[in-house]
Amino acid sequence: MSGRGLALINARLVDPATGYDGPGCLVARDGRIEAIEFQPSFSSRPEDVRVIDCEGAVLAPGLVDLRVKTGEPGAETRETLRSAADAAASGGVTTLVLQPDTHPAVDEPALIDFLLRRGRALDSVRILAAGALTQGLRGEALAEIGLMSEAGAVYFTDVDHLISDSRVLRRAMTYAGAFDALIAHRPDDAFLSQGAAATGGELASRMGLPAAPAIAERMGLERDLALAESTGARLLVDQVTTAAALEVLKRARGAGVDAAATVSINHLCFNEFDIADYRTFMRLDPPLRPEADRLALIEAVRDGVIDAIVSAHTPVPAEGKRLPFAEAEPGSVGLETLLAGVLTLHHEAGLSLVECLRPVTSGPAELIGLEAGRLGEGALADLVLFDPDAPIVVDSDRLISRSNNSCFDGRRLQGRVLLTVAEGRIVWRDAEA
Amino acid sequence: MTGPHDVSQEIHARLFPFPRAHLLTSSDLARPDVDALLDLADAFLDFGRQSAKSLDLLRGRTLINLFFENSTRTQGSFEIAGKRLGADVINMAVGASSVAKGETLIDTAATLASMRPDLLVVRHWGSGAADLLSRKVGCSVINAGDGQHEHPTQALLDLLTLRRAFGPDVGSLKIAICGDIQHSRVARSNVGLLQAMGCEVRLIAPPTLLPGEVDRWGAKVFTDMVQGIQDVDVVMMLRLQRERMNGGYVPSMREYFRFWGLDADKLAHAAPRAKVMHPGPMNRGVEIDSSVADDPAVSLIADQVEAGVALRMAVLASLSERMEASR
Repeated sequence: MSGRGLALINARLVDPATGYDGPGCLVARDGRIEAIEFQPSFSSRPEDVRVIDCEGAVLAPGLVDLRVKTGEPGAETRETLRSAADAAASGGVTTLVLQPDTHPAVDEPALIDFLLRRGRALDSVRILAAGALTQGLRGEALAEIGLMSEAGAVYFTDVDHLISDSRVLRRAMTYAGAFDALIAHRPDDAFLSQGAAATGGELASRMGLPAAPAIAERMGLERDLALAESTGARLLVDQVTTAAALEVLKRARGAGVDAAATVSINHLCFNEFDIADYRTFMRLDPPLRPEADRLALIEAVRDGVIDAIVSAHTPVPAEGKRLPFAEAEPGSVGLETLLAGVLTLHHEAGLSLVECLRPVTSGPAELIGLEAGRLGEGALADLVLFDPDAPIVVDSDRLISRSNNSCFDGRRLQGRVLLTVAEGRIVWRDAEA
Repeated sequence: MTGPHDVSQEIHARLFPFPRAHLLTSSDLARPDVDALLDLADAFLDFGRQSAKSLDLLRGRTLINLFFENSTRTQGSFEIAGKRLGADVINMAVGASSVAKGETLIDTAATLASMRPDLLVVRHWGSGAADLLSRKVGCSVINAGDGQHEHPTQALLDLLTLRRAFGPDVGSLKIAICGDIQHSRVARSNVGLLQAMGCEVRLIAPPTLLPGEVDRWGAKVFTDMVQGIQDVDVVMMLRLQRERMNGGYVPSMREYFRFWGLDADKLAHAAPRAKVMHPGPMNRGVEIDSSVADDPAVSLIADQVEAGVALRMAVLASLSERMEASR
């Protein structure tokens, strides 16, 4: 028994998994791609479908975002799963991975199960969850990695809580091997970065801001990679932001260490000078870096050194941002601007659409073993249709997210999402399209 | 000697509208504005030495002193400056109360803005706090110290003190700023302003108390005080907070005094007739020896305090003049 299908014709198909960028059409039915043809319309008209003419817009796999915080459970005024899902859908993100640093922390299987159930009940984009690596994110005792894996946790992380005790991280990595679990850790040195609100250097010292030297990231990364190498763990380096750390990462990979890496869209689009007027929407953790680092990160995306670009969606209510810079809570929302942010790499740095979409589609999907992020017969019908050139101005007051702390506020970007399809269902359609 | 009447005429003659709505950093002011401000402050200084010290330039205006950090002298200085100009001065004790209740800085600002003050003098421990307030309240904001960022009226009063001690050609002076540069807003404000005046600025500190990439501030940087002080006309000492002396940044008080404390021996390496300044409050025997601090032949420390009131009167009066002009 199959339902009515959705036929998308006259599209420009971009499939980062295969590298195809050209004309195409496809039919989505029962949550999967039933048929795909690499020409504007079908050779024989499919039956029982609703037809949408894409008019040449780009049709790509829906985005997969590995790092999304909401306020659920515990701080629903920041963001609920509902508001996050709506924000994601409007931004073309069809899979998001929740972070476990909620209240309580997601460090046991019942909470994973709770989140996944709540996510499915929304009948919107796919909501997945990462589990805590240590109990209560305290960096001391191992969390139930095996049981949470069984419950559906896609990777394990203590999010922004650094595990400074190397013995604990080593044990976590060793133990995770039994379940082939992916371990994510922020590369940083907890002592050097304690209390820092900016990257050490001329700007921070002139602004009088507490700052951490950028080498803290390289130092943390070197330790994490050494532990991963010795334990054989699958490591996901949670946000590389400096050129020095990229070099360390490349060397380790060359030596055969199984390490993947993410970067946040914020660090690809902004540099440290964006904090020069103390605007707290630009207060991020890790802090924004010098321009040379940003450029190195873009090259790393182009070269495939970066596996995934994350939104690092972090809703912060007004009371967390209406403070002097160093006291403000770090983070920016990003689900709604991820695609347009990624497209700046296309428009400004000259990456092809395939190159800049890979780390938000097939790249992250492969990391967590998700059969999404690609186009092809039988693939999940997670799709985004967008006009890559349409200009937009980000207005933080008009975001769907419950919190409006977007560091893209006021920015002029290009890329408008016209239609988002999650498992064959339309979850977002631009009102003007 | 000019009579009281002449001085107030002089003040009126020198009044000018402040070039900006707020005073947030020492680099907010262009050279001619600095000169005009100091000329006005000069007149207020003479005025302050009279027995009758009140004017009505700020009559009907409300000045709120909003100090999130304790400060005896800066707050007192602004209060006296405001009162001598005839303003209604209110000191808001915000340190403990509202912050403890979880009120954000902007909530506090909105509350104050509703009281319709004309001038808001703010000191806060967060760098950028004055800037943040200035965007959210409808009145003029004067930065009386924001974290480790800026303390512009201190730099301006230091410059006024220098001008009175050395004459108008302050640009030819060599000035060493010595002490905890990293945590000092006074140093940041002074470096910018003195360099804009054309002074040669040197920074002297233990390496742990130098800010990152300080060599790019355009000043010569020394860790050896005797070398750094060589031939300077002015030594500006900075306060070192006690909690930074117990092994965190420097090993001990006595080691700090041995290498970076100013005494007569070290001062002998400076130019003949060199002067010593300190923004206060002093840690005697830590960063400065009493014999130097109290020697009227070299110390400008008392002059700085006197200049502080006059300079702040000049800032308040010219900000008020700006309000009159834009009415």
